[in-house]
This record gives sequence, structure tokens and C-alpha cells, in this order.
Amino acid sequence: MNLLVILAIIAAWIGLRFLKANSLAWAAGIWVGLYVGLSYGINPPLPSSILSMFMAIITLALVTYLTAGNDRMKEMADTIVTFVVDKRYTGALIGVLIALPLLVSFKVYLNMTQAPEPPISGRTIHPVPPNTITVNGSPFNIVEGHNPYRELESSDPDAFALHLENGRRVYYQNCVFCHGDNMEGDGQFAHGLDPIPANFQDATTIAMLQESYLYWRVAKGGPGLPSESTPWLSAMPAWENFLTEEEMWDVIMFLYDYTGQRPRVSEEVH
Amino acid sequence: MKTNSTYSPARLLRLQRSLSPGGGLNLRRVIPFGALFLILCLVGAYFVFPAGAIPVQEAQDAANPDYREFPVIGSRTIVWVVAQLHLMFAAFVLAVPMFALIIEIIGYVTKDERYDHLAYEFVKLLSVSFSFTAALGAMLTFLLLILYPSLMQYMVKIFSWTFLPYVALFFLEAIFLYSYYYGWGKFSPKVHIGLGVMLNIVGTAIMFIADAWLTFMNTPNGITETGELVSLWGAVNNFIWMPINIHRIIANVAFGGSIAAAYGAYKYLGAKTAEDKAHYDWMGYVGNFVAISAFLPLPFAGYYLGKEIYAYSQSLGITLMGGTFSWLFIVQAILIGNLFLAANYYLWVSMERIDGAERFRKYIKYLLGAITISFIVWATPHSLVASVEEARAMGGSHHPILGVLGVMSAKNTAVNVLILTTYISFLLYRRGNKEATVPWAKMGMNIQLGIFVLVTLFVIFLGIYGYFVEASVRIGLSVPQVLSVLFAMISITFIDVLLFKNAKKTGEIRWGEIGNRAQYALFFIAITFAWTMGLMGYVRAGMRQHWHVYGVIEDTSVDAFTPTIGYAAIVVSITVFIFFVFIATVFWLTGLTNKEPWKPKEERNKSVEAAG
Repeated sequence: MNLLVILAIIAAWIGLRFLKANSLAWAAGIWVGLYVGLSYGINPPLPSSILSMFMAIITLALVTYLTAGNDRMKEMADTIVTFVVDKRYTGALIGVLIALPLLVSFKVYLNMTQAPEPPISGRTIHPVPPNTITVNGSPFNIVEGHNPYRELESSDPDAFALHLENGRRVYYQNCVFCHGDNMEGDGQFAHGLDPIPANFQDATTIAMLQESYLYWRVAKGGPGLPSESTPWLSAMPAWENFLTEEEMWDVIMFLYDYTGQRPRVSEEVH
Repeated sequence: MKTNSTYSPARLLRLQRSLSPGGGLNLRRVIPFGALFLILCLVGAYFVFPAGAIPVQEAQDAANPDYREFPVIGSRTIVWVVAQLHLMFAAFVLAVPMFALIIEIIGYVTKDERYDHLAYEFVKLLSVSFSFTAALGAMLTFLLLILYPSLMQYMVKIFSWTFLPYVALFFLEAIFLYSYYYGWGKFSPKVHIGLGVMLNIVGTAIMFIADAWLTFMNTPNGITETGELVSLWGAVNNFIWMPINIHRIIANVAFGGSIAAAYGAYKYLGAKTAEDKAHYDWMGYVGNFVAISAFLPLPFAGYYLGKEIYAYSQSLGITLMGGTFSWLFIVQAILIGNLFLAANYYLWVSMERIDGAERFRKYIKYLLGAITISFIVWATPHSLVASVEEARAMGGSHHPILGVLGVMSAKNTAVNVLILTTYISFLLYRRGNKEATVPWAKMGMNIQLGIFVLVTLFVIFLGIYGYFVEASVRIGLSVPQVLSVLFAMISITFIDVLLFKNAKKTGEIRWGEIGNRAQYALFFIAITFAWTMGLMGYVRAGMRQHWHVYGVIEDTSVDAFTPTIGYAAIVVSITVFIFFVFIATVFWLTGLTNKEPWKPKEERNKSVEAAG
């Protein structure tokens, strides 16, 4: 958060309060304040798509507020009519009439002089797994299958710890270069990738998924992604070509253990 | 039909069209070209395939194809549009009798004839709508039989025993509907109410049967791995049959109420007398009340449906909520956010015609603030649409601050707060011209406030807590959230009824003196409901992707691809537009019942002169 920007906006709003601004001025002040706050008050900045959506919702809300009451609506209409017809505001009106097309022209100029960029598009984060896969010749059912070593967590903690240790070794030998020391998706290769690797510390990544899903993603990597919602642009190798099944399960358990997340469990069908 | 086809030229053409800028059909270009192409094909076919020249096997295949092509827009799109239109009319025809009957019963119990007239006004819309529903249903059936013969053959094989009861129920529906409509005021009230009850039972049964067919295609059950029928009941009672039934009943009432409210708004805007304005203002209010009352529990029914889909198949669940279709849920959030905003707006503008309600105006900004924040939270996607530079600045497609708003915990919390806020707006409206006179009034209001504050804090707490627990627990948290909101609404309403029993009236509700903008809000609500329904109808059917019957019958037609969001949005929007053209026709036809009888021009002139 950029505190200076936030404080400046609050100061401007307090100023409006002292000026006893009418509803229309308040609405304009809130709109501008929120636009500035959302554009420059948040670090890292919001993408333009989300900023546009937020401002559209805020605009709608302010129009709703201004027109919900008869008095407020009349006050708004009177303000606009007075500004347009009252001779005291002729200069200001001419200024607005000149400024509006200039602003539009300036926006067009900015758009036309921007460096060319690839078109932006919505990306689907969770690829849909197939129902069954074959890993090193063994079939595995992703829907009904489960991690064969997970039960050791309660039945044999020592054996489970050995698996975790093995998972740690596998991770730091193979995965750390992209996924990073702390699994935040910021390994040394990450900056050469687009999109960058997933951040496992984020509570909205592996904690949302079942272990069987991760097993599919680790085993099949980028080449195993489905044909829907392409392009995936995943640099993840198909680890079944380099690791044993046990090693892949171990590293999955290590991901959950290290990040303190729990895998999603299967739900019952009613 | 069982094996995957290669990309045929037609399929490539459709794909290319779907992926064109804007993702839409350029009808201006396609129609003349399509018509010309069709004529040339027919002429060409006449010369290229003269009678008798086709080998026997080819002739048999041509006589029994898996698919047939519909010109210009393709088979899928025409079936999509007609099915959606049929569904919208069916929803309306099933919903209106539900709330018309309740209004009639209120009129019968309170002996207030206004309710009886209002219920009749709603039912007037049914006659024409029923015919439209039947015509569209027949059109859909013919299209499916012609364009998807093999699929229909399979569906007939599975569900043949449900068709006869369906047709029989349809006859009964016609008998009960028309006797309910034409018999208004011609039977004893109890008999007439009985007819209304039967109409509702039969209508609901029809919907349940049709739901079995379409839900079977999503989550097939009662069949072997090769698709052979084992149990008809198993096929009917498939995994999402009951969730869809529940969701549809509630959604139908919300949709039907909004269309009826739009009819009230339409009549209000054209009303010439103060009496008519008052009546149609009230009609719009009641229609909207019905719509919003049903709308409030709808998200809960949606969660139940989504949860069952996820539980049936993780793949299907991810396709729906995290994969290909997840962006459509963002569109849905924007539509529903607009619905909440418009519903509250209507209530706030309505309060302007209640003497005494001005004391509540000061709360509007706080309610609006809560709605806006919740709307923003609900509409924020988990993965943001960003340019390469923006994504690099964020360190990925998840924003470090906004990312937390993109998941279920935040969405559930937002929607529950939206529901509570809308409920509070209604409560303020209800109290507009009343002052509690019971001795415990202050304490009662404090208890209400306490319940509201506690439940809101509890809902927000559970939302935040959801980030610190595993997924299965997090999903489970939506249940106490929903239950606490329901508890708040029921308990506060209960206290409110007791509080304002024999309350002092501080003023009148000046029916007919509402601003026209409130009527446009009712139109907006009806259109947005229809849009949401069209969008989610597409999501429900489209999530099967390249399957006709998920995992059993593969779609190998030229349309076996998922359309772009832009293309889907255009098809849904055109469907909604056609629906409202039809609905405008229904409104016009219904309005004819109150029109003066036709007279020759001379007689009309004489009447005018006599009146003048």
C-alpha cells in the first residue's frame, strides 16, 4: 500500500466535508479518490482490466446513490442545469467543453503511442485432469485414487518422516530451481518463465487440490495438459520420466508438509 | 458418434468464426453467403449425386446419419437457442401459478379482493405463455430428432418409459391451467384454490421428468459402462437430479416474479389514471417482492448443486469452477451483483412514496457501501486478466492482495453479506410508515440489531477462518454461514412481526406515485434474471464439453468444441433478446383482454363527439 496516496485522498475528502460539498461534488470526489487510490495506492498496481471493472461497479453504485432519493436527484439535476445555463459559469462551461475532447484525444494519443504488447487474455489456472492416467505403465485413477503413503502419517509416523525426508531430497534436487527455496514460485529459473511457477505458499493453490491431482501434474507435467483452455505455456517436465512413483508421492507430501497446507480430501457423493 | 472425428472443413469454419475478433457471428456477411452457399450446394448435389448412383452402404449411412447440419448457424446453436427459449417460457409458466396461488390464498384468508384481482392479473399472462412454451417445446423436439438422431435414439432407449407420463401430465397441465384461468370467479374459492394446487403439482412433476433427461446427460447413472440401461429409477435419480430440481423451483419463482413485475412496470408506464397507476405500482412491487424473496436463497441452492457436481466428478467440478467455464462465473457474479444493486435500488426509490420512510434515508449510503464492497469481492477473479508487464509486477497471475478475494471463502462471505444487506433494505421499507407501539419496542429492536451484528461478524469471521483450514473444512464452513444468515432473517422477521403488530401508522404508502426510474429498475431486474439464466443454462449444458452424455456418448459432430466466452455471450444475449420480443408479444396479447371492443370508424367518431 502506498500510504502517502491514501492519506492524500483522505485529506481531500476531509476538505470536501469542510467545503460542505453537495451530493454531486461528493460523488465526483469519491469517484476520483477511489480511482487514484486503486491506481496508485496499491502495490503492486492492479491490472488495468480489474481497475476498469472496479471503477464500473463504483460508477454504478454512485449513480444509484445519486438517483435513489427524490431530493438528491433534484439537487443533482439542479446543479447540472445551473452549471449549463447560469451565466456565472459560462467560462467554466467553455473550459469543460474544451477539456473533454482534449482528454479523449490525449487518451487516444497515449493508446496509439504505447509500445506493442501481446493481447491480454484470461488464463485458466486449474487444468482439468483426465479420469485415469498411466504412470510408468501402471494405471492410476485420479478420481478415486489416493496417495498410498498418506495413511502412514497416523499409522507409522517414523516411516512417514522418512518419506518426507525423501521428498525434501527430491524437491531440492529437482524442483527448487523453478519453485524456489520457500516454494513461493521464485526459483532462479522462474524469471525466465511466463507464466511464472505456482506459489505453493499461497493458500489458494495446492490446498485447494487433492493429492491425486498433484500426482497427475507432477507425473505428466506440461506435456500432459489437456487440449482445453490452451495455451497452457507450462514449462513443467513430465517427472514420470525421471522419478519413481514413490518419489513423486514423497515430494507431494513434502510440499504440503513444508508449506503447512493440507491436501483437499475426497468428498462423498450423496 | 462414438469415435472422435478429425477436423472437418465445416468444423474448422465454425472454430474460425468462433475465434474471430469479438467471437461473434457476422450475420450480415454470413446470411447472404450462407443462403447462396446452400442453393449452390443443392444444385451441385443434384448433378453430383444423381439418383441411383450412390452405393448401398453410403445410401444407408446417408439415411441414418449421426448428425444433420442446420444451415448458417449450425445445429448446436439452433438447439441451444430454442432450448433456452423453451426453458425460459417453461420457467415462467411453472412459476406464475405458484405465487398467483399464494396471493389468491392470501386474498381468500384476508377477504381482501385486491389480492384476488392481483392474482388474476398474474394468471392472465399464463394463457399465451403456455402456448409459446408448448410451441417452443415441439420445435426443440423436432430439431433434436432431425439434427441429433443417434443421440435421441439413445435417450429414447433410456427414458422411453418416462415419455408417456410426461405427455399425460402435459394434458393435465393444460386442463388445470385453463380451468384455473377461465374458471376464475366461477367456482367456489376452495375449488378454485384446489385447481391451483393441482396445477402446481402437475407443473412441478413435468419439470422433474424433464430435469431427469437433462441431468442424466451431465451425471449419467443407472447404466452399464457401455451405456446400457440397468435401472430407470437410477437414471432418473442421478447425482444432480434433485439439486437441479430444487435450484430450478427457486429460480423459476425468482424469474417468474421478475417478469410479472416487468409486466406491472410496463402497465404502470402506460397507465392513464391514478387508479391504474396505483394498481400497477402495487403489482410491480409484489412481483419484485416474490422475485427477490426467491432470489435470496438461490445462491445456497447453487452451492448445493455445485458441490454435488464436484463430488460426482472432480474433472467436471474443475471444468466448471476452476477451468474452462470459471470465467463465466465472473460474468455471473457481475450479473448477480447488478441484480442485488437493482433490487435494493428499487426498494430505496419505493421508500420515497412512503410517508415517514424519510427517517431511514441516512442508512442508504451504508447499505450501498456494503453492497458495493461485496459486489467487488464477488466479481474479483482469482487469476487476473493481465498483460505480461502487469503479471510480472504482480509476480504471477494472482495479485498478492486481491488474490485472497478470488477464492470461495471470500465469495461466500460476500454473497451472504449481500443477502443480509438486501434483507435490511426490505426491513426498512417494511417499517417505512410504521412505528412500534409495544412496550418492549426498544428492547426488541436492540435484540434485532444484536442478531444482525453478531451474524454479520460471524459470517465474516468464518470467511477469514476459511483461509487457515484445509479445503474440505473450508467448503463445510459455507453451511454455518448459510444457516446463520437464514437464522438472522427468520428470527429478525419473527421479532419484527410481533414488534409492528398494531403499530402506529406514521403515513400512507402513496401507491402510483413512484418514480418512473423504479419501473426501469424492474425491467433491468427481469432482463438481468433472463441473462443470468441463459448464461448459467449454457454453463450447465456446456460443461459436458465434447460429450453428449458425459463419459458415455461422445459428441463427434462439427460442433464438438467449447465456444469462446465471446461467442457464448453473444448467443445468450441474442436468446434473451428474442425472449423479450416474445414476452412483449405476450404482454401485448394479454393487454387485449382489457381493450375496448372494435367499432366501425363512424361509431367511434360518434362516441368521441358524444364524449366531447
